Parts: sequence; structure tokens; C-alpha cells
Amino acid sequence: MSFSWGRAGAIFRKELRDYRRNRFVIATMAFLPLLFVVLPTIQLLLINASTSSAKLDAHIGLSLLYMLLIPAMVPSVLAAYAVVGEREQGTLEPVLITPIRREEFLVGKALAVLAPTLGIAYLVFGIFLGVAAIFAQPGAASAVFEGSHLLVQLLFTPLLAGWSIWAGIAISTRSADVRAAQQLGVLASLPPLVIVALMSFNVITPTLGLALGLAAALLIVDVLGWRAVAAMFDRERLITGTRS
Amino acid sequence: MTPEQGTRQVRPGATGGGHGLGEPATAPLTRDGPGAGSAVVVEHLGKRFGDRVAFDDVSFEVGYGEVFGFLGPNGAGKTTTVRTLGTLIAPTSGAARIAGIPLSAQNGPAIRARISIMPESPGLYLRLTVAENLRCFAGLYQLTDARDRIDWALQAVNLTDRAGDLCGSLSKGLRQRVALARALLNDPAVLFLDEPTSGLDPVAAREVHELIGGLREQGVTIFLTTHRLEEAERLCDRVAILNTTLRLVGRPAELREQLFTRSLEVRVRAALGDPGRVFTGLPDVEGWAQEPSGSYRLTVSDPDAAAPAVARALVNAGADILSIAESRHSLEDVYLELIDEDVEAKRR
Repeated sequence: MSFSWGRAGAIFRKELRDYRRNRFVIATMAFLPLLFVVLPTIQLLLINASTSSAKLDAHIGLSLLYMLLIPAMVPSVLAAYAVVGEREQGTLEPVLITPIRREEFLVGKALAVLAPTLGIAYLVFGIFLGVAAIFAQPGAASAVFEGSHLLVQLLFTPLLAGWSIWAGIAISTRSADVRAAQQLGVLASLPPLVIVALMSFNVITPTLGLALGLAAALLIVDVLGWRAVAAMFDRERLITGTRS
Repeated sequence: MTPEQGTRQVRPGATGGGHGLGEPATAPLTRDGPGAGSAVVVEHLGKRFGDRVAFDDVSFEVGYGEVFGFLGPNGAGKTTTVRTLGTLIAPTSGAARIAGIPLSAQNGPAIRARISIMPESPGLYLRLTVAENLRCFAGLYQLTDARDRIDWALQAVNLTDRAGDLCGSLSKGLRQRVALARALLNDPAVLFLDEPTSGLDPVAAREVHELIGGLREQGVTIFLTTHRLEEAERLCDRVAILNTTLRLVGRPAELREQLFTRSLEVRVRAALGDPGRVFTGLPDVEGWAQEPSGSYRLTVSDPDAAAPAVARALVNAGADILSIAESRHSLEDVYLELIDEDVEAKRR
């Protein structure tokens, strides 16, 4: 039996239905992005005509990096719940009894977290662009709409989300407690915050080259992450709590 | 301990069953061998978790269309056996074939496509409706006729009118029925039911019994794990009693016969003056004993043949007969006898 997108799709659709009916999930997904859009927007609107070019770049760069915290942070809680949550509510065993392969199960879970994350992240970025186009000082607006900035946003959003998702699912696969998994999942999404902090303190200068380098590194981590999580997914341990 | 030493195999008589149940439980696992026509063939299967033995050296067969009861006290290894046969857990020893497919990690998806397991806890997605739960699993089984199968499964468990209800709003009994519908979706060659009435009130348990009875009539092969002995006695063609090792396999009536001698219980108004003279030498009567209650227990080879002679002898002796009845042992007696033997053996 080879990889079946149909089975992965069944998990994906089930997850999305479940999110829709869970107010806690919707509230969490909406609240974090709102938090992260406020600060960059204020920063953007505070830029005036007299702001120097270097300062303008730093402001815009930092604002856009805040945007990238959305795909890093939003999926962490959901991904950390993915396996241990099912295990705790007793729904994992019935699923594992079906012919589903671990890779299909994990891809279904990951896509179900990725889809809303991308939707929210791009929507928020769209709102940010709209605010920039309508309300920001023309110099600031044209800096926001610079091709490299757009490229970085479009590129990094799924890559950061992928990193956070696989880290979260890996923790969820190994964890025995939902709360511990979610706390660890949030911690696992912190490295992007470290990068933001380093950039805001000018320890690292945000450049296109750095961005592309980080993107390449993240892509490798995402691919390896999916393989590693699949290898960690042990039916026997998940069902009995004992390693096979 | 080998299965020959540890397991009492009770083979059905010449008239018993058409499921190939008369084959020895230790039949070799060859494709064309004796077990080829069986839904489940288990041979010396065992599972250890480190030093702890979950179950050991278990061998039995389940024929197609048979309802097979798997009994045992808590911690006997019943659920672990089911999970092992369902490829959720890897065995540490032995072999098995499920629905004709050898048990191995590689064959896991193929085996799981041909069987269903209804775990003790229904494990439903409570924020999804009954139909949505079933649609998800129809997708996991890749059913081409998903809509028809879902309709059929809902009909089979009498839940068609509750298809749109959220599972979280259903009672425990109804959730169990949804879980059963889910287990039926893929038309399994073997349906494993793990404690299906656990935690249910008597009415809900009776409903589940009726559903299992209905499936039995339709020829579904059912592997029923339970510690409700009356449930096993009522529903199962054969039962196996597991207490880490398999203690006994056979039809409930045959198990009773094997473990207990057949006897008549004789109640008379006043104690007999010389019971030995009354009972000794009667046809089919092999022995007698007086019970503390004052009645007499006669060991007989054939209760139907012995009873008239016993009645005549009592009348000739001038006794007032209150009753002469065959002592019937329930499956519970069989079960307790075996488990007590184990407890006694451990004590020694």
C-alpha cells in the first residue's frame, strides 16, 4: 500500500471541522495574529518624512519580522496537540486501527495546521499592506512594497510554519500530557523570536542574503523534520505507553 | 509451558459447527494448511513488555462466521492480544494469520484494511456529528461507496435518525453504537469487540447484545473480548479463557462437561436411613454424597438415563421426593474454577 492522499485528506478534513467547532482554537488563532499586527502597524504609521533611510529600513524590516512571528507562533499550540490530544481523548487508537500509515496521518495533521496558519498569516500581511498603502507615509509604503520584502514574507511564512508544525508534532508524539506538549510547543517556536530580538538590537543586520540563507536552512529543517517525526511515530508506544 | 500442557482444547463433536473448529489450535501456518479456512489463526503468540509478560504461548483458531469469546480477569492480556492481532502492537514470539494474511509489521495496513476493532472506549470525535465521524473513517478505509456503507452501518445500529447529532450530545450507549457502526464500515472479515458493554447500564448493554446477535445472524466473524460471562455464554459459539496463558478453549457446554462431573441433585423431605443402599448399584450412578443442606448429590454418567431409576429407588425406599434435578454449572463456574486454580497454583 503506497502513500494515500485520500487518507491524509480524511484526517485533514476532520481536523478542520473540529477546529471550526472549537471556540478555543478559533480564539487562539485570531488573538495571536492581532497582537502581532498591532505593533508593526503602529511602528509603520509613526514613520514620517524626516526619518532617515537607514532608520526607515530598520523600522520596516522589524515590522515585517513581527509579521513572520505569526506563522511561527500560531501553529505551535495546535501542532503540539495533534497526537497527544487525540491520545488523551481516546480517539487515537480507533484511527490507528484503520489502514492509515503514520506518514499519511502526520501529513494530514500537518496540513490541517498549515492551511489556517497560512490563511491567517497572509490575511494579516494583506491587511498590513493595505494599511501601508492607504495610511503610511509614501516613503514607508514604497519600502514595504519593495520586492525583496514581499518575497521574504511569501517565502518565510510557510517555511516558518512548517518548522513550528514539525517541532510541535514531534513534541506531541513523544509527550504524554497535552499541557506539557503545548508549553514545549510554544518554547519550540521561540527561536524566531531570538532572531527578531537579535535584529532589533542590531546584533544581526537584516539583509536579503541573510533571509535567503535562513530560508534555505528552514527548508532543509522542514524536510528533515517530517522524516524525523515519521520515524518517531511509534504506534505501540502511543497505544501502550511502552516502547516497542 | 507448552500449549499442550497449559491449554485444554475442547474440540466440538461430530455435529458441531461448520467453521473448521475441530482443527487443532496449534495448526501450522501454511497457506494451504489446516488454518487456511479460518478467519484467525494464532500460534504460540506472546507479548512481553520488558520483564512483564502480557500474554504467553497463546494458540487458537477462529472460524469464519463464528462468534468467539475471549474471557479473562483484568490484566489477563485480552486487550493486548487484540491489539497484537490488530497490528497495533508487535508480538515478541509466535505467529498468527488474520483474514488469511500473516501477522507482520509489513502486512499491518493490509490486515487493518480487512479487520475492525471496536476498542473499549468508543473514541469518537465529540465535536463532530455521527455522520461526520463515519465519513472520516470511510475516508481512512478509502471506501468507494462511502455514502452507501455509512447508511448501511447507521441502519445496522439503528442510528439513521441520529446521523446529524453531535457525538458529544449522545449517551454512552449511543456512542457505543456509533463506535460499532464505525467498526462495520469496512465490512470487516473479523470484527474485534473489546469489552463492548463495559460501563453500560443493563438496558444499553442489552441493546449492544441485540446488535451483536444481529451481526452473528448475518454471518459476521466476531472476536468478543469480555469479562461478562453471561454475555459470552449468550453470544459466543466458543470461548477461550485467558489468564496470561490460554487456559481453555471450547464451547461453553463442553467446557462445563470437561471441568465438572455431571450430577443430579436429589431433595427429599426427610433424610434417608441408609442412602448407600438406595443409590449404590443404580444404572448410570457413579457415586453419591450428602450435601450440607441435606440434599444428595449423585455423580452420574447420563442424567437423563439415571433420573428415572433414582426416582424409582427413592419411592421403593419410602422417601418423599421433593425434586430430582440435574446440577447445571454456568460459564461463570467454569471461569471461576480456572481462575481459582491459577490463584491456588500461584500460592503454591
